[in-house]
Amino acid sequence: MPILMLLLFISLPVLLSWPLGLFMTKVMDPSSKSGDGRVSILLRKTGGRMLDREQEWKGYLISMLFFNAIMFGAVVLMLALQHVLPLNPDGKGPLEASLIFNTAASFVTNTNLQHYSGEVSMSYFSQLFALTWLQFVSAATGIACLAALARALAGNTLVGNFYRDMLRSTLFILLPLSIVVALLLVVGGVPMTFEGATAAQTLEGAMQTIARGPVAAMVAIKQLGTNGGGFFGPNSTHPFENPSFLTNYIECISIPLIAMATVWMFGRITGRMRHAAVIFSVMLLLLILKSGIALNLESAPSMAFRGLPIETMSNLEGKELRFGPGTAAIWAAVTTATSNGSVNCMHDSLNPLTGLVPLAGMWLNVIFGGVGVGFINMFIFIIVGVFICGMMVGRTPEYCARKVETHEMKLALLALLVHPLLILVGTAVFASTSWGAGTVLNKGAHGFTEILYEFSSAAANNGSGFEGLGDNTVPWNVATGLVMLLGRFIPIILPLAIAGSMAAKKPVPETIGTLRIDTPLFAVVILGSVLLIGALLFMPVAVLGPVADYLSTSIH
Amino acid sequence: MKKTIMKDTAPNLAASLRIALATIVLCGGLYPLIILSFAHFATPETASGSLLRDRAGNVVGSRLLAQAFTRPGYFWPRPSAVKYNAAGAGGSNLSPAGPEVRERAEQTVADFGADSRRPLPADLATASGSGLDPFITLKAALFQAPRVARARGIALSDVDAAIRRHADTQKIFWSREGLVNVLALNMELDTVQKK
Repeated sequence: MPILMLLLFISLPVLLSWPLGLFMTKVMDPSSKSGDGRVSILLRKTGGRMLDREQEWKGYLISMLFFNAIMFGAVVLMLALQHVLPLNPDGKGPLEASLIFNTAASFVTNTNLQHYSGEVSMSYFSQLFALTWLQFVSAATGIACLAALARALAGNTLVGNFYRDMLRSTLFILLPLSIVVALLLVVGGVPMTFEGATAAQTLEGAMQTIARGPVAAMVAIKQLGTNGGGFFGPNSTHPFENPSFLTNYIECISIPLIAMATVWMFGRITGRMRHAAVIFSVMLLLLILKSGIALNLESAPSMAFRGLPIETMSNLEGKELRFGPGTAAIWAAVTTATSNGSVNCMHDSLNPLTGLVPLAGMWLNVIFGGVGVGFINMFIFIIVGVFICGMMVGRTPEYCARKVETHEMKLALLALLVHPLLILVGTAVFASTSWGAGTVLNKGAHGFTEILYEFSSAAANNGSGFEGLGDNTVPWNVATGLVMLLGRFIPIILPLAIAGSMAAKKPVPETIGTLRIDTPLFAVVILGSVLLIGALLFMPVAVLGPVADYLSTSIH
Repeated sequence: MKKTIMKDTAPNLAASLRIALATIVLCGGLYPLIILSFAHFATPETASGSLLRDRAGNVVGSRLLAQAFTRPGYFWPRPSAVKYNAAGAGGSNLSPAGPEVRERAEQTVADFGADSRRPLPADLATASGSGLDPFITLKAALFQAPRVARARGIALSDVDAAIRRHADTQKIFWSREGLVNVLALNMELDTVQKK
């Protein structure tokens, strides 16, 4: 039965990703007229002359950074003023400064780490105009940057126009898909209203305040755009965000859909579909492996009940019954393979070893990954894989008919090391000081895992958490805010710099001695690079956290 | 590099500002309005929170949210780490192998009067992720049926029949046993007895 569930949840997005990838390629094609309808003419006027310019990789990145800076500024302003802005039926007050910084960084970087609880702190204006807006444009930023990377690897020194790419992804990919998913969720029973909270008198005579709001609109894009930031504190475990088995299915298949399609988009833009298929299968294999392990580990009962008169069942702490058994484990694996970070169970209450599965996904951060940026991360592993192969046969390594030389390798290694550096240094500092040690809920190794998870999630731009952590403090808000920004922009800038530098080189003819990047052998190379590098970098903390937690609680 | 940044600052800033404004209106305003108008006409009841009302029209809760039940004549929902606060939901976030979960479970076992001959269904011993899970398993409902029947002074078979009727409407396709919506079941028992 679990095998069937896995098939059900993973096969549909895989199937849908093929036509979606084709469609996305057409939308993003700079020479296509498909985007020249009335809407885009209107937007072209909005954007001004800047939209007609074909940019080199530097200019493209500068535009991207400008737009992201404006995104950041606009949201800081909206959040700081939410108590005087409209659409605030429950009278939510102003937010604390470090929380505003953290939230803005979190949504600009497509992370959606939430140190607030939506129904407690956010007005409907903030939820829609600030956060939902960022969920669209941050996802669109990722798709745009991957399109630029692919064009550079196809040999173009002019990689497109950031504003045009960003607008097209928002208008023609994210908005239509979100409308479809949001409407399905509305039919499935998800609330969508501007009315404020209502008071109920329960059957026993107590009062229950029921928070609600424009939930469906936000849930759709947070699932599709690998954002993950929910309307309510407990995200998609909340019955209003996720009322049934069916809505759970729709939301879960929305998580990897676009990220999967971006792999095909990359293949089409570079004209290397077989290569894309090789990478896709490596990612898919890792995803299935991860989900399978989570399913297996999470079917064990809660260890704390040993010896008590409680029926033996799979671990139900932090889970909702209506999604059915096993679906929480699959979701936990998928949401951390991609950098989505929405949850349908509390990850802090997963069985000790199961906690390793989401952590591993965020450490590797290439199993489809965030929309656009997932493949950009994978590009770094590909470059490293190509380099290792080149060294083994004693040839200058090549990728996409361009030589990979010292300059590119320096940048690639830097990009590779940023991620573990942010996680390990952050965890070390917070675990050894009261900044972190004073904020954990669970004791011992499990508490250490809470800290480790928070930094992994921030650096991977994931956004899920071991939520027992009391993370709405100034040190946490500032530290994870900075980690999210560095963990977002460095791994976009460096790969584009590599691709830009490669595009400027003379193409080398592909001969019989060229390393083939479209064979099963290359899949093994990539799988090896990903697993070995990931394992070497993070093995020590994995042992200190989840493994120690398992050994200390489960062996008697 | 520096020259490019300087030269293009003004047009970049202008384009970014204008496009930001346009997308804010589109994604933050227009898009939710489309969904809202559809919801308003197609699913007015669930769109405003699946609220349940008594005969006088007062809101007693939401079909989708658990609420606190402590009297023996009512079915009790799963434990909630947030005391069924529907304006601040959340899970326990406790390790399922930790001492806190064990202590809580010992208390719950005592509250439900479970023992080794009649073990407690696991869903009643675990806090849900949202603290608002409206369902319990069929087993968990049948487990509580004798207490409810005794407190209400009605036949156990009548309570069992009501439970099975509710469970039949909440079957997930692979499971033979459905789930029971606690609030809906309790409301039905109240109405039946008032008649």
